[in-house]
Amino acid sequence: MDVTFKIRRRNPDVPAQQKPYWQEFTLSDVEPTDRVLELLHRIKWEQDGSLSLRRSCAHGVCGSDAMRINGVNRLACKILVRDLGEKIQVEPILGLPVIKDLIVDMEPFFDHYKQVMPYFVNDEPLPADGRERLQTQSDRERFDDSTKCILCACCTTACPSFWANEQYVGPAAIVQAHRFVFDTRDQAGAERLDVLGEPNGVWRCRTIFNCTPACPRDIEVTKAIGEVKLAIRKGTTVGIIQPDAIH
Amino acid sequence: MQIHKHDAIIIGAGGAGLMAALYASKGGADVAVVSKLYPTRSHTGTAQGGIGAALGNLDDDKPIYHTYDTIKGGDYLTDQHAAKILAENAVDAVIELEHMGLPFDRTSAKRISQRRFGGHTREFGKELVRRACHAADRTGHMILQTLYQQCIKNQVAFFDEFQVVDMIIVDGVCAGVVAIELGTGEFHIFHGKANFFATGGWGRCWSVTSNAHALTGDGAAIALRRGVPMQDMEFFQFHPTGIYRMGILITEGVRGEGGVLINDRGERFMERYAPSAKDLASRDVVSRAIYLETRAGRSIKNRGYVHLDIRPQTVNRYFAEEGKDRSDFIDGATIERKLPDILDFCRTYLGVDPVHEPMPVQPTAHYAMGGIPTNVEAEVVIDAAGTVMPGAFAAGETACVSVHGANRLGTNSLVDLVVFGRRGGMRMADYVKGVDWTPLPKDAGGEIQAEFERIRNGSGKSRPGELRAKMQQTMMDNVGVFRTQETLQQGIDDLAELRERFYTDLRIDDKSRVFNTDLMEAWELGCLLDLADVTARAAIDRKESRGAHSREDFQQRDDENYLAHSLARHDGNWSAPSIQTSFDKKVDLSLWEAEIAQGIADDQQKFRPKERVY
Repeated sequence: MDVTFKIRRRNPDVPAQQKPYWQEFTLSDVEPTDRVLELLHRIKWEQDGSLSLRRSCAHGVCGSDAMRINGVNRLACKILVRDLGEKIQVEPILGLPVIKDLIVDMEPFFDHYKQVMPYFVNDEPLPADGRERLQTQSDRERFDDSTKCILCACCTTACPSFWANEQYVGPAAIVQAHRFVFDTRDQAGAERLDVLGEPNGVWRCRTIFNCTPACPRDIEVTKAIGEVKLAIRKGTTVGIIQPDAIH
Repeated sequence: MQIHKHDAIIIGAGGAGLMAALYASKGGADVAVVSKLYPTRSHTGTAQGGIGAALGNLDDDKPIYHTYDTIKGGDYLTDQHAAKILAENAVDAVIELEHMGLPFDRTSAKRISQRRFGGHTREFGKELVRRACHAADRTGHMILQTLYQQCIKNQVAFFDEFQVVDMIIVDGVCAGVVAIELGTGEFHIFHGKANFFATGGWGRCWSVTSNAHALTGDGAAIALRRGVPMQDMEFFQFHPTGIYRMGILITEGVRGEGGVLINDRGERFMERYAPSAKDLASRDVVSRAIYLETRAGRSIKNRGYVHLDIRPQTVNRYFAEEGKDRSDFIDGATIERKLPDILDFCRTYLGVDPVHEPMPVQPTAHYAMGGIPTNVEAEVVIDAAGTVMPGAFAAGETACVSVHGANRLGTNSLVDLVVFGRRGGMRMADYVKGVDWTPLPKDAGGEIQAEFERIRNGSGKSRPGELRAKMQQTMMDNVGVFRTQETLQQGIDDLAELRERFYTDLRIDDKSRVFNTDLMEAWELGCLLDLADVTARAAIDRKESRGAHSREDFQQRDDENYLAHSLARHDGNWSAPSIQTSFDKKVDLSLWEAEIAQGIADDQQKFRPKERVY
């Protein structure tokens, strides 16, 4: 089949291309099972080498190639032509400054990530036998969903609250905090909840639910945000995620 | 050119690089990590099944069994003292990862859960052992995330999206590296006392690969061009179970959980090739078996792939035949819980649900056993005698310690990068305290800048994409699982022609500075071409079959002539190099030699090179 791509482009180095513009490319011999990333590569490798995008693993694990494809945030390597049809529109994710073509400035996104103390804290002495800390299977299960996050930014850049206010930490940072807040081995939950209780923390979330369908890892993002909100309101992380109600 | 000065420069932010950064900085060194990708994009994050360590949480296990499996898996080309360090340090490293917060799956006794993996046994091959510590089927993702998180906590300096393109060597000492800031196109010099290469592999030399697009062997190619020999490059692992045609990895953990390989006749064919370990024989054995089934006309629909079957009814039938307890039987929920990413890949890319249908798989280019030679402290060595290049370090896939020998065991890549990343980090912290800065030469970076201008201004007819596709095809056809003198010579000839076009007829479209991915991809192609060439040349010179290197014209292993590491040298002429290989670097056989010294009878020696049977 033939597929027409309409791609949002800009190149700050070329005077005539500094303002964003649309460009069309047509590809033949496209299979329904082709990934969008493969087709963007075909455009780059066969037609126009200047088309610029980030990508690496090509199977939805590294999180490099988040783009807005037919109006929805996707990883280009994890969406197939059969799910999109013969006209495919590709533009950069929204809410972050566009550098060139499909490449946006990820620094504001990673700055928000770093705000929530995205690292394990436990200053207690290590187990005397020199072995691992213990954790039950159900305690491990409570935060399993949020460990899947690959920091691709699909959720944060699908969020109208983030579009309206770039100071909002955004869903991805909250998911990262969730991963530690509900880990029984971690001790910095209260500090993280303080950070997330600030005006640009979780309360900017208006439960619009754009983040959950945007997640290429099928994390229940909105649910995780809700659990963090409840933990702040209750002042404890205990009893919020029931073992029999694990996502 | 902007100059950045740090005690230790870490090139690459995957598992090995971040581990080294963490331990060097904990040891007091001022560390900078320079990476062409954001750290969390690194390929360590795609490792699925587990990290091997003899914790013994579910089965009796000891590091010496892990050592034995690693040496046997490597078809005795493994350096035995290095394998011993690998297996012993693995236990500490995994426990430390848990202490850093890594969310391993748990046993009912609240300990780190472990699963079976190919080639991992207890009591020297007696039976398969649960050794692979796992976090669902995203163990590498959790290792990468955990290490990056800890680096943030320890305030390690990161230069994200800075791509290293050359190393600076002054009188035999590595004094730093040259990098391009991708966002601006500007060149920077990183002046370091210690310079640690952790740049990963080069699976993108082949057309069907599990490897990320970023895996273009930059660090190895840079070192090669600057006089560091490449060790054991002929050994490149094809993982038996890549998704048909796409190459995306399906973890060995599927077979670890009971999955079996089935041919077009419905036979579990691995019973014929490896009567004891069957589907969990080492990867080289299983990949060859799939090719042999294909040649015999027994691939599915005769199309060159076989089925990987994890359906509960199939798995439980074989479990019952093997006399396993009913409590070991699996159901759909077990698969959903233990292999969620695998299910997601198959459902997304194939429209196949592995709970109800078998997965179509074929061997996929996966892992470089060879690379930059190092000692067990991750110091780069430059000759058969083990002479160290001061200031240069390497670990992970880009390095060759050698713990993997001629074939790596599953899970040992993660073990390698945490163990030798950690050792290298610690070593660098000491090293930088005891040495002075090597002054930079006046023209540092000049040669590589000129090379980039050549590529940028190329006005020929050959697009990088076309040359890369041709390279990948000839490597797949001629330097793949099975090799002969003829195929290898064909590969060498094809690569020579492609290199000539790369240097005389290249053209790229993008002439701009900001994020010029056209330019960077073209330069990366040059790296791949060099490493492909070295691989083919080492392979044509090793006239035996060992591990992942299968010569149809020399089918036997030849310990008399080839129980040795190959070293391939580049003469420094970038556009038309002469590559020389030698086989004079001895394999460390110290564990076997200790057995001889203890007077243990030949047939009782565990570490004597012998025929591999699984």
